[in-house]
Amino acid sequence: MEDILKIDRVVKRFTNLTAVNEISLNVKRASIFGLLGPNGAGKTTLIRIITSITGADEGTVYFNGEPLNKFHPTKIGYLPEERGLYKKMKIGEHLLYLAQLKGMDYKSARKVVLEWLDKFEIRNWWNKKVEELSKGMQQKVQFIATVMHDPELIILDEPFSGLDPINTNLIKSEIYKLKEKGTTIIFSTHRMEQVEEICEEIALIDKGKVILRGRVDDIKQQFKEHKFEVSFNGQFNEEMIRGKADILDRNQDSLIFKLQGETGSNQLLMNLIQQGLEIKSFSEILPGLNEIFIREVEENAL
Amino acid sequence: MIFLQTSINRQKNTIMHKLWLIIKREYLIRVKKKSFIIITLLTPLAFGLFIIGSGLLAKTMADSKKSVLVKDDTGIFERNYEGDGNILFDFTRADVNDLKNTYKTDGYDMLLVIPAVIDTSFKTHNAQYFAEEKIGLTTLERIESIISYQFENYKMEKAGIDKAMLEDFKVDVGLQNGYTMETAVDEAEKSTATDKTGKLSLIIATVLGGVMGFLMYMVIFIFGSMVMRSVMEEKVNRIVEVMISTVKPFELMLGKVIGVGGVGLTQLLLWVILIPVIAMIAGIFVNDPMQAAQMTDAMTQLPQDTGDFSVAMVLAEFKLLNWWVILPVFIIFFLGGYLIYSSLFAAIGSAMGDDMGESQGLMWPIVIPVIFAFMIMMNTLENPNSSLAVFGSIFPLFSPIVMPARLVFDPPAWQIITSLVLLVLTALLFIWISGRIYRIGILMYGKKVTLKEVGKWLFRA
Repeated sequence: MEDILKIDRVVKRFTNLTAVNEISLNVKRASIFGLLGPNGAGKTTLIRIITSITGADEGTVYFNGEPLNKFHPTKIGYLPEERGLYKKMKIGEHLLYLAQLKGMDYKSARKVVLEWLDKFEIRNWWNKKVEELSKGMQQKVQFIATVMHDPELIILDEPFSGLDPINTNLIKSEIYKLKEKGTTIIFSTHRMEQVEEICEEIALIDKGKVILRGRVDDIKQQFKEHKFEVSFNGQFNEEMIRGKADILDRNQDSLIFKLQGETGSNQLLMNLIQQGLEIKSFSEILPGLNEIFIREVEENAL
Repeated sequence: MIFLQTSINRQKNTIMHKLWLIIKREYLIRVKKKSFIIITLLTPLAFGLFIIGSGLLAKTMADSKKSVLVKDDTGIFERNYEGDGNILFDFTRADVNDLKNTYKTDGYDMLLVIPAVIDTSFKTHNAQYFAEEKIGLTTLERIESIISYQFENYKMEKAGIDKAMLEDFKVDVGLQNGYTMETAVDEAEKSTATDKTGKLSLIIATVLGGVMGFLMYMVIFIFGSMVMRSVMEEKVNRIVEVMISTVKPFELMLGKVIGVGGVGLTQLLLWVILIPVIAMIAGIFVNDPMQAAQMTDAMTQLPQDTGDFSVAMVLAEFKLLNWWVILPVFIIFFLGGYLIYSSLFAAIGSAMGDDMGESQGLMWPIVIPVIFAFMIMMNTLENPNSSLAVFGSIFPLFSPIVMPARLVFDPPAWQIITSLVLLVLTALLFIWISGRIYRIGILMYGKKVTLKEVGKWLFRA
């Protein structure tokens, strides 16, 4: 089965608002899926429904084709945005405890925990208490707790907040490795540059509804504004592109413009070459997810 | 079909296994704490030290015989005085000013000067004492009463009242419990069941009942708020969301309640074993029956005329109590009361925000019944069979505190059984109710919650 997760018209209402309003989504197996949306959009509620923390009022969530049941939570690893650990517990016993709750027996839990601690080179933390660790260090422990039972689906809510660049890269490379192994990752964040870098597909949620979804590349194409940047040697004058493009920004040896009407980029480029400009580079400027995000959310607010 | 069966079994097993893991963690994390070990061991030790201390005190009190040199200008005291155990009086006629200088070197602790009586109808009379060391209040009062007794006798004699006749007017009334006399099994017990036993058993029942009721009251508040604090901590810590993506909120709550309850039970059992052992060792240390008797007097502050209950009588009374009923029933009430209130505490803790002070109002549903129960319990000790006591010992929110206090007074069996059944049912109901509140409360952040809202959570899907 290609989709590990299928969310079918799920609704969750609270007293004063509908947090999730008929959301339907599919998440492909062994992909990294970005779940985006402004604060209060309903992301956390949706995640809580997927992880069986709360129940949906309407609709169904299918995990591997089956409606969610009691065994599924052990196949999911969830790193909430608001996360914590028992302060007084030692790292080793804490991870063992969580691993056993996830259904592992003591022996294999111990083995796996030690493997992960070795992987992050923090085996000497085994007897350290949680409260002795810094926030960033605790984050690593929390990441291990999320993935150590080898879940099929991992949900990471702002996994890099509070991490330094080195540890961010460490975790990022682990995420890629997990994906290579066939694990599916749902990644929720506000940091669009991370989404662009990591995710293959995204869904943008606002006010409890999906307002945009698809492959990152497709979405960018869908929102492209026919903007190009060209850099050159030689003398440029505006007459060269009159009626074909609007100049947005102009420097000594580069130009940003937007094509008009039916004009193709090749046509314009040819035009410039024919008129004696020596082209050094020519590229299309695709919109960033950040812009798309802001624009879509603002439009949705109207 | 077989597959379905095994899958159901596996499901049951995993739930029990998870619950067990939670209980184990909640239990071990507390039992391994230094503060728990210290308090659990120190309390019996403190108890032992108290016994040894008061034993030694009694000893020093007994040792401190005071010798007093009396210059009695009235002559009344000197003529009639018959002697007193702890205070030795010697009489002298020497000059006061000389005596002041010499009484110390002559080996007296104190010089007492009683000036002559001028008016024989005197109502007050002032004597003086001289002492270098501080004289204890008890000693002074004792001397005062000795002198005043002598003056009383002297005045009676003067007025021609026959003291023996006066004594004949006095009647000493002893109220005794007829049932206690009958239940004394063998002759030996019957003989110890003297005319004072009825009252003694009442005193023992009152003290024991009070101790058990008070213990329940303490247990509910101490361990209940321990559960509450730990729920709040999980919520504030944000570990709770990680936890409940793995286990059901109800399992988490139940595991916590049972784990902390186990801690309470462990402490109680250790004390039940350690306190008597240490008390015995301390008793050997003090090791003097007479002093032990004095010591129990000092400890219990019983009125004068009960002072001569011997330790043997108290022990015999203890043996007469129906321990095979009292102990198990007490433990069931302990568990039931603990479950009811600690699950409530867990529910309230889940509804509280990061700021405990802000949500203090949520505590009332717990505090009010417990305080009521405590007041009824105190009243029960006075009137163990009043209708208030009967009601309090059956109504399940009060019974965990009131019934243990009443147990020693032999309440009818049907009342105990009714109360137990109601208690168990209520405990189950409250665990269920609290679970419903808890599952919503732990995920509720940044919002001040009112009792009304908490009530609504009960009915939420």
